[in-house]
Amino acid sequence: MRLERRASVPWALAATAPLAAIAAALALAAGLILAAGVNPFAAYAEMVKGALGSRLAVTEMLTRAVPLMLTGLAAAVAFRARLWNIGGEGQFYLGALAVAWVGHDLISGLPPALGIAVLMVVGMAAGALLLAGPAFLRLRFGVDEVVTTLLLNFIVILFVGLMIEGPLRDPLAFGWPQSVPVDDAFRLPDLVPRTRLHIGLLIALAVAGVVWLILARTVFGTEARAAGFNARAAEFAGVSLPRTIMGVALLSGGLAGLAGGIEVMGVTGGVTTTMSPGFGYAGIVVAMLAALHPAGVVAAAVFVATVFVGADAMSRATGVPSFIADVIVALALLTMLVALLFTSYRVRR
Amino acid sequence: MIEALDLLFNASLWAAVLRIATPLIFGVLGALLCERAGVLNLGIEGIMTMGAMVGWLSVFLGADLWTGLLIAAGAGALLGLLHAVLTVPLGLSQHVSGLGITLFASAVAYYLYRLIVTVGESPPTIVPFRPLDIPVLSDIPLLGPVLFSQAVPTYLALLAVAVLAYVLARTPLGLAIRMTGENPHAVEAQGLDPTLIRIGCVMAGSALMALGGAFLTTAAFNSFFPEMVQGRGWICIALVVFASWRPGKALLGALLFAFFDAYQLRLQTVVEGVPYQLFLMAPYVLSIVALILVARRAQVPEALMTPYRKGER
Repeated sequence: MRLERRASVPWALAATAPLAAIAAALALAAGLILAAGVNPFAAYAEMVKGALGSRLAVTEMLTRAVPLMLTGLAAAVAFRARLWNIGGEGQFYLGALAVAWVGHDLISGLPPALGIAVLMVVGMAAGALLLAGPAFLRLRFGVDEVVTTLLLNFIVILFVGLMIEGPLRDPLAFGWPQSVPVDDAFRLPDLVPRTRLHIGLLIALAVAGVVWLILARTVFGTEARAAGFNARAAEFAGVSLPRTIMGVALLSGGLAGLAGGIEVMGVTGGVTTTMSPGFGYAGIVVAMLAALHPAGVVAAAVFVATVFVGADAMSRATGVPSFIADVIVALALLTMLVALLFTSYRVRR
Repeated sequence: MIEALDLLFNASLWAAVLRIATPLIFGVLGALLCERAGVLNLGIEGIMTMGAMVGWLSVFLGADLWTGLLIAAGAGALLGLLHAVLTVPLGLSQHVSGLGITLFASAVAYYLYRLIVTVGESPPTIVPFRPLDIPVLSDIPLLGPVLFSQAVPTYLALLAVAVLAYVLARTPLGLAIRMTGENPHAVEAQGLDPTLIRIGCVMAGSALMALGGAFLTTAAFNSFFPEMVQGRGWICIALVVFASWRPGKALLGALLFAFFDAYQLRLQTVVEGVPYQLFLMAPYVLSIVALILVARRAQVPEALMTPYRKGER
């Protein structure tokens, strides 16, 4: 018995894999819910109710899905080219900080639509620059980007702490340190009145479309995929590896930075060091569940957001610690990895 | 300035260096063992978190400290087995599997912790390992308190360096492990099973990582709290590269690193007007600088991250 790589992946199989992975993850996590003395079916029912049970719940869940779509796209773009960007969390925070800084009073007076566009570029630039560093170190010195991007997450969060306790501190915020807020003119308008859901959702969907176009319909997208599939063959075929990797890094970092910027403009207004419940890391799971496909990212982000928002409600109702959400998401990553084995290989006797 | 120099001649600084280095020594040895056999183990951060939690929990529930360490090591080995099964026989991406293990292990550790300690409650404490004054030797001025008055697991860590260095360099088993990391096909030609060797190394390495985590809760501190590993695992991954995959150099790297960490903690108290975050950044910045310095002449195990399938080239 041996494994043989499939020449092409049947469409139905590719779509079934993430569903099977999620089912397996939920089944495995049920053991831990039982350990808390709660019926897993009741717990999962509370979870669905908490994330999808009312208009308000759905808007909260979608609000949470917006940054996950963007960090998920960031990871998908990078992983396709085998650029291991694990620094989404840091890029998210740097994008958020840059947007709060520029958006507070540096561009006052711009028309709102223009100001928001400028701030989106600012967030992207901050994230892109942050990933350009590790990409440069890999290309120039051969330094593994996994470790550098991971370590940069810690450095950036400390830097954010430094800035919001120092130069960018909001003098009007009492208690916990918070950065100065983005000018009200540049806050993203609500998508559904009297909820937190903002037009960032439409922006994220549009960005997913653009990323899909870039990956599927441009030379750059093809080169990026070739670089990931077989770097040596790609170079032999005339793909400039340094240029492609750097381009991928700028796009990936930019997307994660944009996630932070949108979160600031749409939800929090200012930056705190606890504003992300691990959006950057969860983005990796989103990308993997989506099999690195932009359309899949949107769906996977909705799933992960459902788990996170639902777990909070379930925790309040049943007393099961809300860390169960992190367990489910992490398990989904591992089960998806195994499921991908079945989609890309088949067993031959 | 004088004060900053004075700190260097304080025995407590040097004693702290060994104490801070201990979890790093365990972690870096664990990562090194996995990588020498050809498997990158990015599960380290989560495995250390799990080790810290399980070590603390066992003692909190009534086990003695040594049993706590043993249970922590066992938990680490189990997580290692999971990583090994996914990456060795199944040949899945070592990057993604490792990150998955880290997310999974930390989430489960926090979940179990929250089952016992509710939000807002202050973390329950245990009686940790006390420094062991070795008779006579610990009375030597300066050297005594630094080298001979440490918690026992610290001596264990130093012993582990020597054992691993010996096994890797001088025994048939060590040769087989190194060969598995360089050329698994050659191992198979010798009639050995590279898959089994890799699984064994990842399990043993993960047990060492968990011991590093457990040292935090059973010796360095006396309780568990979320986020307590603080990237030590990632720093260990960087230190392995810095150490060129050699146990002796890994010890040196861990000590050097711990020295800067201990020194910055004390500098914070004498240097005024510098935000404390800059001091806290130092270890992470240092790790990146260390990586850049050695990257060019790094002697990466030839088959690191290359899955081995029988008969496949």
